[in-house]
Amino acid sequence: MSSAEGTTAPAVLSANRISKSFGEIPVLFSIDFDIKPGEVHAIIGENGAGKSTLIKILSGIEQPTSGSITYDGETVTLPPDGKAEAMGIVLIHQELNLAEHLTASESIFLGRELKRFGFLDLGAMRSKAAELMDTLHVRVDPDDRIGTLSVADKQMVEIAKAISRDARVLIMDEPTAVLSVSETQTLFEQIRRLTARGVAVIFISHKLDEIMELADRVTVLRDGQLIATVGTESLTPDSIAQMMVGRELSNLYPPKHEPDVDAPVVLGVRNLTAKGVKDISFDLKRGEILGFAGLIGSGRTAVAEAIVGLSHRTGGDITLDGKPVNFTQVAQSVDAGLAYMTKDRKGKGLLLNMGLRPNLTLLTLNKHIKAGFLDSSSEERALERAVRRFDIRARDASVAVGRLSGGNQQKLMLGKTMESEPDIIIMDEPTRGIDVGTKQQIYHIIAALAAEGKSIILISSEMQEVIGLSHRVVVMREGRLTGVLEGAEITEAEIMRYAAGIKSGNDERISA
Amino acid sequence: MSVSAPDIPAKPKRGFRLDLKTVGPLLALALLVLLGISLNENFLSYNNLTNVLARSSFIGIIAIGATFVITAGGLDLSVGSMAAVIAGVMIMVMNWLIPTMGIGWGVVIAGMATGILLGGVAGVFNGTMITRGRIEAFIVTLGTMGIFRSLVTFLADGGTLSLNFQVADVYRPVYYAGLLGVPWPIIVFALVAIGGEVVMRYTAFGRYCAAIGSNEQVARYSSINVDNVRLMTYILQGVLVGVAVLLYVPRLGSASSTTGVLWELEAIAGVIIGGTTLKGGYGRIWGTVVGVVILGLIGNILNLQSLISPYLNGAFQGVIIILAVLLQRGRKNA
Repeated sequence: MSSAEGTTAPAVLSANRISKSFGEIPVLFSIDFDIKPGEVHAIIGENGAGKSTLIKILSGIEQPTSGSITYDGETVTLPPDGKAEAMGIVLIHQELNLAEHLTASESIFLGRELKRFGFLDLGAMRSKAAELMDTLHVRVDPDDRIGTLSVADKQMVEIAKAISRDARVLIMDEPTAVLSVSETQTLFEQIRRLTARGVAVIFISHKLDEIMELADRVTVLRDGQLIATVGTESLTPDSIAQMMVGRELSNLYPPKHEPDVDAPVVLGVRNLTAKGVKDISFDLKRGEILGFAGLIGSGRTAVAEAIVGLSHRTGGDITLDGKPVNFTQVAQSVDAGLAYMTKDRKGKGLLLNMGLRPNLTLLTLNKHIKAGFLDSSSEERALERAVRRFDIRARDASVAVGRLSGGNQQKLMLGKTMESEPDIIIMDEPTRGIDVGTKQQIYHIIAALAAEGKSIILISSEMQEVIGLSHRVVVMREGRLTGVLEGAEITEAEIMRYAAGIKSGNDERISA
Repeated sequence: MSVSAPDIPAKPKRGFRLDLKTVGPLLALALLVLLGISLNENFLSYNNLTNVLARSSFIGIIAIGATFVITAGGLDLSVGSMAAVIAGVMIMVMNWLIPTMGIGWGVVIAGMATGILLGGVAGVFNGTMITRGRIEAFIVTLGTMGIFRSLVTFLADGGTLSLNFQVADVYRPVYYAGLLGVPWPIIVFALVAIGGEVVMRYTAFGRYCAAIGSNEQVARYSSINVDNVRLMTYILQGVLVGVAVLLYVPRLGSASSTTGVLWELEAIAGVIIGGTTLKGGYGRIWGTVVGVVILGLIGNILNLQSLISPYLNGAFQGVIIILAVLLQRGRKNA
C-alpha cells in the first residue's frame, strides 16, 4: 500500500456536489469526491453506476450539469477534449489511445513534438523517451512500433506519456482488465513509484482484490449515488461487494455438483497442435465444467479456435462422443453440437450496429427459414425466449447492440451461443468487464447448464472464477499444457505455479 | 437483480431522426419532381417519364447488384467496362451465329444467354480473386476495369462493333416495346428491384451480406461462410450487369470503347444516395432505386430547361452524392 501523505494534506482535485444528466436521464446525483497528492483512490461500482461519467467529468471530457470542480484549491472549469492534460490531469482510457503505426517515442511526444529550427528533433525525443522508460523500469525501445508491443507495454507507454506531461492527477479506467497477474503487478509497482513522487492516481477496477492491495481509499457508486468513501484498511472484499450491489453476495458461486465419476467423455483432444498450441491433450466429461487457466497469451483461446475449426490444426486428433472429427468450418462444429463463445464480444461476437434480433439469430439463421425466406415471427419468439432466460435488458429490441451495457451484451452473446443448442460450450472469458451482479447471474447459468448435462470449457483469466466454478482445471503456459488440477488441488497458488512455469505435471512431454 | 442501470441515455428526437433517414431520399425525389413540374409542363408527360426510367434502368439494374456487393463490405469498379465488353462479345456472337442459325429470335436468345453467362464468369473471376486471392476489392476490380475496357477496344479494333441490321431489327423491341405501354427495361428493372428487396430483407443471404459488411470477424465466428457469401455477391453483380446489357444492346445495336463509361460511378452513387453505407453493413434496395431515379431526373430536368447548361449534369450529381453522405454522417454523430 502506498503511503498517502496523511489525511490532512489538501486535496489536489475535488468534485463538489457534482450532478450529471444526459437529456432527461440523470446519471450522477450530487457526488463528492476528492484526491490528495500521492494517494491512490479507487472508484468502484457495477456497470452503469456512473464511474465512467465521474472520471470523464474529473478529466474535463464531460461538463457537470451542476456542482463544481476544485483544482489546487481553485474552482475551475476543466477544458473538454483532453485539454485538461496541459493542466496536469491525464486520463488513460481503457481502450488505449495510441496510434499503432507510430513508434513509442513518437507516441509519447505526439502533439507536442520537440523541435529545432522548425524541424522535428528526433534525437532529443528519442533520448528523452528512453530516459522516461528507464525511470519507469520499462523495457520498451523508443523506436518500437506501438503495434508490436503487448497490451501491458502499451499501457506503460501511455503512463510514460502522462509523466512526460508532468501529470499530477492520473486517472485510469480499468487498467488491469486486459492484464495478466504478473503484468498487473508491474503496473502496480509503477503506480507506487508515481505516488511516491506525489502523483495522485484515480483508478476504476472491477477486481476487488486489486483494490484492496493498491488503493488508499475507495469510493463506491451505485446507480449514480455516492454510497461511501472509505479508507481501504477498514474494508474487506465482501464489504465492498455488498456496498456495490446493496445486498449480500453470499452465493457468488453456486454450489458445485460433481459430474458422475463414470460420466462418458464427450470431447477428447489428443496431441493437438496449431498456431500457438503445442501438443495439448485433455478429456471433457459429460456434465463437467473444465476450467482453463493460464496467463494472457498462454494459448487457451488458440486451443478453442483450433478445436472448433476457426484456425487450422496442424496435428493431433479430436473425438466427439468417441468419434473422430475434423472441423474446418465453424458451421461444422456448431452442427455437431459444439459451440465457442468468443471473449471479444465487440470485435468478434456481436454486430454492434444492429439490433438484438439479428444478433441473436445470426449463428442459427437456418432455424428461422420457412420456404426459403426468413420467418421474422420465429426470430421474434426466439428473442423473447432468450430475453426471459438470460435476463437481457434493453430499452427495446431495435436499439443497436453497441449501446447496451457490457453485461447485457454478454448475456445476449450467451443467448446467441445457446440458440445452437450445443452439448459442449467453450466459453472464453464469459465475464470480462462486466459487473458483479451480472457475473453472478452468468455463474449460475453456467452451473445450471452443467447440471443439465451440458459440458463446459471455461477459459478465464480471473482465477477466482475458475476456482469457484470448475470441477477440474487445465493450466496452460506458452502454448503447452502444464498441469491438470482436481479437487483440493484447485487453489490460486497451485494454478499460479503451473501457469508461471514453476511446476509442471507433464515434464516428460515438455522435454520431448 | 436490481441493477436497472440507466443504459446509455436515449438521445432526444431520435424518432424524428430515424424518420428522416428513411424519408430523406424520398423527400429529395419528391422535391425534384416538383421542380421538374414547375420548370416544364412536359415533365410529367408519359413519354418523358418512361424515357427517363428506361434510360435509368441499365444503371438501376447494375446498382441493385452493387447494393449487395457494397452491403457485404465490397466494391466493384469494373461494372462499366464489364458492360462494354459483354455488349461487344454479345454482338460478335450474334453476328457470328447468323450463318448457322439464320436471322431470328434464336440468335437473339443465344446472344442474351451469352451476355448473362459472361457476366457470371466475370463475377466469378472478380469474386475469386478477392476472396481466395485475398486481394482488396478495390484493387481487383480496378484491375479488371482496365482489362475489360482494353478488351472491348481490342475486339472493336479501336472502332465500333455493330450488330447485323436485320438481327437488330428483331432485337429492337426488347428496348423499345413493352407490356401495356411500359417499356421492357422498366419492367425488368422493377422485377429485379422487387426480387432484390426480397432477397435483401427476407433471406439468410441478405442478412449475411449485412453481417459481413458490418463486421467480417463476427460473421466468421457466427459460422457464416464469409468467402462464399462474398463470392456470391460478385457473381450476382456480374449476372445483373449481363441483364442490363441485354436490355442495352437493342437500344443502339453497337458497342465501342466508350460504352458504359462511368457507369460504375453512377451505380455506386445511386447506391449511396439511397442510404446504403459505403463501408458496408447496411443496405436497402428500394433506396438504391430511388437514388438511381434521382440521378436520372437531374439529367432530365437539366435537359428540359434552358437556364443552366446541361453540361453541368455531372456537377449536380456530384453535389447530390456529397450531400447524401454528409446527411448520413450527420445522423450517425448527432
